[in-house]
Amino acid sequence: MTLVNLTPEQMVMPLIGGAVIGISVSLLLLLIGRVFGVSGILGGTVFPVKGDTYWRLAAVLGFPVAGLVMAHLMPATMAAETPSDIWVYCLAGVLVGFGTQMGSGCTSGHGVCGISRFSPRSIVATLCFMAAGFATVALLRQLGGL
Amino acid sequence: MKIIIAAFLSAFVFGIGLALGGMTLPSKVIGFLDITGNWDPSLAFVMVGAISVHAVTYRLIMKRPSPILSAKFLVPTRRDIDAKLVVGSIIFGAGWGLGGFCPGPALVALATGQAKVLVFVAAMCGGIVLHRVYAKLTAP
Repeated sequence: MTLVNLTPEQMVMPLIGGAVIGISVSLLLLLIGRVFGVSGILGGTVFPVKGDTYWRLAAVLGFPVAGLVMAHLMPATMAAETPSDIWVYCLAGVLVGFGTQMGSGCTSGHGVCGISRFSPRSIVATLCFMAAGFATVALLRQLGGL
Repeated sequence: MKIIIAAFLSAFVFGIGLALGGMTLPSKVIGFLDITGNWDPSLAFVMVGAISVHAVTYRLIMKRPSPILSAKFLVPTRRDIDAKLVVGSIIFGAGWGLGGFCPGPALVALATGQAKVLVFVAAMCGGIVLHRVYAKLTAP
């Protein structure tokens, strides 16, 4: 393993971004009393429950709108490179959709909200998806995909 | 209506945070997961930043009897570790490592209009449907 040398700015920006995320999940909890789990909110728009759908749709819409704003203000943050073949993104999407529903959460619901509550389920879930992410990228590297 | 605006606003702020933190760049995410190669630990700071803020605000907010715009807090209370939690999270992690997107950043990256991002998000919704089918088939 080698370590990328980070400039102070490369450490401060993620900290600021993280703090903004912490504020946003606090905002949702304070205002409407919900945990900000993106996969859970999205799941409730794919399979709507009466009386519990519109706020979810509004949340799902808020993300790309933020993306449009950031593409103007800080284009570098939105210059997503997608070097893999399209079928890789298709498979990755299916795994992310299926896995987050089965595991009741993703990076936001478990990784941020759950860990902040010290929820044992979220701590285990986060360790599992981190480990699987490390293993997958290590495997891709072995196979020459990186 | 207020609840809808609140949800939109929170997600908007969330999306800004994800972009500022670098989570919207799949190459950055894969660099963070690449511990056997050239490891870029910067995204760990996103997690640290988010948890340090919310670990404090969560406890302050939960002192209130109810949220501002709705009747009660709906926070998960389960504490049991089951196979679904573990297996589901592993499947999610594999997809995250493969594409470099988790759900929030993928939705933000829709703004780039890239076909591969659209495919990822559509496939993610497909995965949600697939899970519903699987859950029905395996229900006792």
